[in-house]
Amino acid sequence: MSTAPADSTVRPPAADPTPIVALSGLSIAYRQGGQLVPAVEDVDLAVAPGETVAVVGESGSGKTTTASAILGLLPAGGVVTAGHIEIAGTDVTAAPERVLRALRGTVVGLVPQDPMVGLNPTMRLGTQVAEAVRRRGVDRRRAPAEALEALERAGVDQPVMRARQYPHELSGGLRQRVLIAIAIAGRPRLLVADEPTSALDVTVQRRILDHLAGLVADSGTALLIITHDLGVAADRADRVVVMRRGRIVEQGAPAQILLRPREQYTRHLLEVAPALSHAGRVVPAHAEAPPAPEVLRLDAVGKDFRLPRGGAERVFRALDEISLSVRAGQTLGLVGESGSGKTTALRIAMGLEQPTRGRVLLDGTDITGAGWSTLRPLRRRFQLVHQNPYSSLDPRFTVAQSIAEPLVSYRVGDRASRAARVRELLDQVALPAAHAGRRPAELSGGQRQRVAIARALALSPELVFLDEPVSALDVSVQDQILSLLLRLQNELGVGYLFISHDLAVVAQLAHHVAVLRAGRIVESGPAAAVLSAPTREHTRELLGAVPGQRFAAELAAAATPGATPGAPRKEG
Amino acid sequence: MPDNLVSADVAADPDLVLDVLAAPPAGAAPGRGAPASAAAVTTVTTPVAPASASTISGGGGPRRRLAAGTPLGRLVRRPGFVLAAVFVAFVIVSGLVPSLFTSYGPSATSPADKLRGPSTTHLFGTDELGRDLFSRVLHGSTLTIKATGGAVLIAIVAGLAIGVISGFCGGWVDGLLMRVVDVLLAIPILLMALTIVTALGFGLVPMAVAVATGIAPGFARTTRAEVLRVRSQAYVEAARTGGASWGRVLLRHVLPNSWGPVGVLAVLDFGTAVLLISSLSFLGFGTPPPAAEWGTLIAGGRNYLITSPWLALLPGLFVGLVVFSLNHVARSLEEVQR
Repeated sequence: MSTAPADSTVRPPAADPTPIVALSGLSIAYRQGGQLVPAVEDVDLAVAPGETVAVVGESGSGKTTTASAILGLLPAGGVVTAGHIEIAGTDVTAAPERVLRALRGTVVGLVPQDPMVGLNPTMRLGTQVAEAVRRRGVDRRRAPAEALEALERAGVDQPVMRARQYPHELSGGLRQRVLIAIAIAGRPRLLVADEPTSALDVTVQRRILDHLAGLVADSGTALLIITHDLGVAADRADRVVVMRRGRIVEQGAPAQILLRPREQYTRHLLEVAPALSHAGRVVPAHAEAPPAPEVLRLDAVGKDFRLPRGGAERVFRALDEISLSVRAGQTLGLVGESGSGKTTALRIAMGLEQPTRGRVLLDGTDITGAGWSTLRPLRRRFQLVHQNPYSSLDPRFTVAQSIAEPLVSYRVGDRASRAARVRELLDQVALPAAHAGRRPAELSGGQRQRVAIARALALSPELVFLDEPVSALDVSVQDQILSLLLRLQNELGVGYLFISHDLAVVAQLAHHVAVLRAGRIVESGPAAAVLSAPTREHTRELLGAVPGQRFAAELAAAATPGATPGAPRKEG
Repeated sequence: MPDNLVSADVAADPDLVLDVLAAPPAGAAPGRGAPASAAAVTTVTTPVAPASASTISGGGGPRRRLAAGTPLGRLVRRPGFVLAAVFVAFVIVSGLVPSLFTSYGPSATSPADKLRGPSTTHLFGTDELGRDLFSRVLHGSTLTIKATGGAVLIAIVAGLAIGVISGFCGGWVDGLLMRVVDVLLAIPILLMALTIVTALGFGLVPMAVAVATGIAPGFARTTRAEVLRVRSQAYVEAARTGGASWGRVLLRHVLPNSWGPVGVLAVLDFGTAVLLISSLSFLGFGTPPPAAEWGTLIAGGRNYLITSPWLALLPGLFVGLVVFSLNHVARSLEEVQR
C-alpha cells in the first residue's frame, strides 16, 4: 500500500500488442444552437493492457468528453466528427447501442466522478453490485456471492454488512469504493476512473488511489485516470497525457513530464500543483509569524450534537475543548479530514452555532451567547466565504447585486457609492468591471469564488472565514484563488481563518496551523514548525497524502543540483 | 511575486470562459446560457460564434435582455405552445368582452330557431329556447373565468402564505400548518367544495372560495418544499452572515428563487379550477339558471343528448380544450424552466 517507488523507469507495456482502447485522430463536437462547437480535436491515445494512463487537464479541456466517448456515453448533442475509437481491436466509432452495451462493464468499466450521486439511493449496495456482476453472464444465484467478492476486492470493510446497507449510510470514501466494486465486478480489461477522488479528502484520496493501483497491478487491468491534478497523475501513472482545449499538449512518462516538461502549459500545471511546485514537498509560504494582536479566540470550546434515539450513545462530541486564536492580518489554517469538526469550529466562531462549552472572544469581548441582533453590528467585522461557489451566489442576482448585498443590508452609502465600491472590489479580486452585470451561471467556478470573496470583503472586515474555498476548484484555478487571497491579505491586512483538508493548500497561506482530528486539536503552532517538523503521526499522515511526491527526490535534485533528496516522508 | 501571479491569472481568464463555453458539462442542457447565435431575439450585434459571444462586454442591458429572451424564444418556437396560448388568450378575451366575437345576446330567445344544429349562422347551434349556444358559451366564459381567477388567486395567496410561513418557521408552526394541510388534502376536493358552497350559499364568490380551499393545500406543499430547498442554500447563509435580516432574505432570496414551480402549478391549477367550477355548476351549485355557465350549459344539454347532441358535447369539448391548453402551457413552461 504505497505509492510507486521513486524510480523513473516506466513499466514496459505488456506482451499483448493490441491496445484495449485506441483513439486515432478523434474529434468530438457538441451541437449548440445549430452549430458544432468542438470539444475534442484530433486526439490519439492508446491504452495497452496492464498500463496506467493519466489524462490531465483543466475543466473544459475535453478529458471527460474523451472518457465518455470511449464508453460510448457522449452526452446529448455530442457527435464524433472525425477519427476512430477502437476497443479491443474493433472499431466502435459508429457502433449501435447494442454492441456498445456488450462492451461496457465487461471490457471497459467506469468509476464515476461523484460518489455522492453515483449510486442509486433506493437500492441496497449488494444488489447494485450484483447487477454489474450479472452483466457478465453470471447466474442469478451466484451473483450475490460474487458481489461480496467484488466489494471485498474494492477494499470495502465488512462486505456482508455493507451489502445490506443503503448508500446514505456510507461515507464518501466508502461509496467511492462501492463504485469501484461495481466497476470491477464486470472484470473489465480497462477501468476508466473519471476524477475518482476529486470530491474526497486527501487522505481518503490517497487510500483509494493506492487501492486502485493495487487492483490494477494484481489483475493486469489497464487503468485510465482522468484528473485535473498533475500531482495525482504523476504519482500513479505509467504515462501522463496533458490535454488543453480538446487537444493533447504533451505526453510521456511521468518522470519526463515532471522533470523535463517540453510545453509551457505543462510547466504551468507543474507550478500550480501545490506540492510539485516545491519539489514534491509541502513548504509553508510564511517562514515565520510575526507577533500580532489577537482578533478572535476560541477558548476551550466544545460542541455536542444530540443523536437520534436508538443508538447506544446519546450525544456525539463534535468538538472537544479546542482553543484557537486568529491574529490580525494573519492566517490560521485549520486542517482536518471530513468529520474532524473543522466546519463546526468555524460555524461556532461565526456565531452560526452555539458551543456547548467554552467561550468565543472577539477582541476580548465574549460573544458566546449573543443573539443575532447583538451580533449583527459585530458581523461587519468578520465575513464568510463558502466552500462551494456554485451554491453560495444567488442565481438570480447579478455579480454587482451579490457583492453589494452586505452594503445594502447594513445601509452603507447610497446607490452611487455602492456602485463605486463594487467596481473597486471587482478590481481587487481581478475581475473585469464588465462582469458586474453577469449572473453566476455565466461565470466559471474560479470567477464565482472571486465574486464570493469580493462580497466577503465588501464591508472591509478584519477577519474572513474561508471554508475550504478552493476544494471545489481545479488545481490551476485553486492556485489563482490562493494567490489572490495572499495578495488581498498583504494589501488589506485582513486576517483569515482558513479551513482545508489539504495541508499543501494550507501551507500556501497560513502563518499558524492547527491540525484537528475527531474534534481534538492534535497539533498546532507556527506553520513552519508544524509543516516542516511535525511531531504527531496524524500530521505526518496528512503531509504524506499530498499528491505529487513520487518524484520528490528527483525534483529536488533538479531544482538544486547536488542537494540531498527532500525531507523523509512517510510511506504507508 | 503576487503581482506576477495575478497578471498571469487575468491573462488566463478569457481562456477559462472560452473553455467552459466550448465544452458544456454533461448535465447541462445544451444551449443554455450559451451562445445566442441561433436565437433571433438577441440584440447583440455580432453573434457570429460562441467565442465572440463570450467576449462581448456584458454591460447590463443587452445581456439581461438576452437572458430573458432566450427562454421566451424557445417557447415561441413550439407550435403546440403557441396554439394553446392563443386559444387561452381567446377564451380570456372573449370572456371579458364576449360581444367582440358574437352578435347574439346570451339570453335572446328565438323559438322559431330552437334546437338548430351547428351552422355558419349559429356556430354551436341553438338550444331548446332558440338561444345561440356559441354566444352562451362565450358569456359563460365570463363567469367561469371570474370564478377560476378568483379561486386561483385566493389559492395562491393562501398557499404561498401557509407554505412560506411553514417552511420558514419550521418547528411546531410547520407541524401544525402541515397537519391542517394534510386534513384538507385527505378530503375529496369536490366533496369539500360542495360542503363549502352549501354552507356559504350559491353563487360566484362562494364557488371561488370553495375551489380555492380545494387547491390551496397543493400550493402550500409546493411552496414549503421550495422554501425549504432555497433556505438551505449557501447563498441564504451568505446573505445572513452579510447582515441581512430574515425579512430581506425572504423577499430577495427565498421568494424569487422558489416561485418558479409555484407559478407552473398555478397555471396547471387553472385547468383544475376550470374543471371543478364546471363540475359545481353542472351539479347546480353555480350561478342560478338564466345566467350561462359552462357546467350549466352541459347539464342543460344533457336532456337533449339523443336528439341534439351538440348541446352537451360542444360546451364539453370547449371546456376540455381550455383545460388541455392550460395544461400544455403549464408543461411547456416547466420544460423551458429546466
